[in-house]
Amino acid sequence: MQTKRTIFPNKLLPYALLAPQLAVTLIFFIWPAAQAVKSSFEREDPFGFRTTFIWFENYARLFAEAGYVNSLSKTAVFAVSVTLLSMTLSLILAVAVNRVLRSNRAYTTLLVWPYAVAPVVVGILWWFMFNPTIGIAPYVLRSMGIAWNHRVDGNQAMIFVVIAASWKQISYNFLFFVAGLQSVPQSLTEAAAIDGAGPFKRFWTIVFPLLSPTTFFLLIVNINYAMFDTFGLIDATTSGGPNQATNILVYKVYADGFLGLNIGSSAAQSVVLMLIVIVLTAVQFRFIERRVQY
Amino acid sequence: MVENRPLLAILTHLVLIVGVVIVVFPVYLAFIASTHGSGDFMRGLVPLLPGPHLIENYGKMLTEGISTAGAPPLWIMLTNSLIIAIIIAVGKIAISLLSAYAIVFFKFPFRMLAFWIIFITLMLPVEVRIIPTFAVVANLGLLNSYVGLTLPLIASATATFLFRQFFLTVPDELMEAARVDGAGPMKFFRDILLPLSRTNIAALFVILFIYGWVQYLWPLLVTTDSKYYTVVMGIKRLAATADSEPQWNFVMAAVMLAMLPPVLVVIFMQRLFVKGLVETEK
Repeated sequence: MQTKRTIFPNKLLPYALLAPQLAVTLIFFIWPAAQAVKSSFEREDPFGFRTTFIWFENYARLFAEAGYVNSLSKTAVFAVSVTLLSMTLSLILAVAVNRVLRSNRAYTTLLVWPYAVAPVVVGILWWFMFNPTIGIAPYVLRSMGIAWNHRVDGNQAMIFVVIAASWKQISYNFLFFVAGLQSVPQSLTEAAAIDGAGPFKRFWTIVFPLLSPTTFFLLIVNINYAMFDTFGLIDATTSGGPNQATNILVYKVYADGFLGLNIGSSAAQSVVLMLIVIVLTAVQFRFIERRVQY
Repeated sequence: MVENRPLLAILTHLVLIVGVVIVVFPVYLAFIASTHGSGDFMRGLVPLLPGPHLIENYGKMLTEGISTAGAPPLWIMLTNSLIIAIIIAVGKIAISLLSAYAIVFFKFPFRMLAFWIIFITLMLPVEVRIIPTFAVVANLGLLNSYVGLTLPLIASATATFLFRQFFLTVPDELMEAARVDGAGPMKFFRDILLPLSRTNIAALFVILFIYGWVQYLWPLLVTTDSKYYTVVMGIKRLAATADSEPQWNFVMAAVMLAMLPPVLVVIFMQRLFVKGLVETEK
């Protein structure tokens, strides 16, 4: 790993400088994570007097449980839908902003602020719009002959959380796509235009391939977002229901562990989630490393 | 623009306007709802134009709150959110600056290990270690305190990376010159490195302030005393009424007030915010 050519010779100072960050990390990150791994291999008796080491039994039971398999598949559907929806919309908006030079700033400002809205608040905003009794969306849908009640209908509940979660993420994706588009050399598109390629052809054959690093990066970030940062949104709107239809993994780990007090199962779920984050982070970093070398 | 196509230009603006409407509409509706009296929601559809109760609703929420929801007045929750967001942002920046400085400007045993321990925090978001982290905080007696609300969130791998990246670009000559002039490591850090990092610090502050403000799960776990509620978790309590419809006009007034500070930060600090975002990506 890199350092400076010249360095300070102090022996103890660097440890003192690192101490605050390392202390917080060890006490609140590493130790709890190790505890989670440990209790995922244990069973506690109902009164908490005795714990027995049971190897992989918690995991085996977890994957045999219909609720968990359901939660896995709901999470996959949710993450893929949010990623696709928010990335498609923001790419369209970014391309459009990139074309209008003068009003660029105004549009950008109007599009980026949802980044700062908390997922819970996003949930409540959309819940209000889709509220079956007074919401405007069900009112419009009713006039089109669709009965909307995401408190009863599982598929509608999923559509609802996907829309709300995507709404928040559009701003983030938009910024990165705009940054990506601005780094596409003008000379390339100009040359293609002279060769007679129209705007759509130019986009698909030149601009879009050059955007692929950004797209890939956003893909990972969005999956991460949908899987972990949407806890508040789910908690404020559907609470995993109706009938487990929106019970994504992070919500389930909270519900089982904190509300249901099933420590062993919740710990095993935590470990599975950790593995997922590790994979996502590793992919992200491999990619960033590669791109930095260009 | 490569060529002039009026039709395409119109289409472009149309796309953008539709996008802006989609992004703004939910908030418009929330604002409208927050200006009405409670009775206006009985008609079966939300009103689409502002009502006359704006000041009354916001005033009531700020000073008294709604008693049935068990949440304190909004000004208390807003103050808590502000305190917490600032502690988190300042704390993350401070300890990351120090760690990055140690890693870049010193050579010592276990440097790689320290770097990796910090790196690992990226892979352990609160959501995946809920119960054991809660247990640690409870054992330390930090429930219902600002320390408990902020300290466990303060480690930051991304901020450390960002500063490390930036420090590596600082020319070696600067430090050599400082040493020749007899400056010790802390003097160099304070008088040269910190002023150079000013824009990076500001950009990061914007991002981390928002990060602190929107925290939900962690405050939900560690606070039972309403004195420490943050506005983001308080709102859930206002909206979650078991059997009856929530009092939408008041809930939406709270939503508007909870959204305003971080959104204003993004809008007014846009340049810094974008810089911070695009750089933390690395």
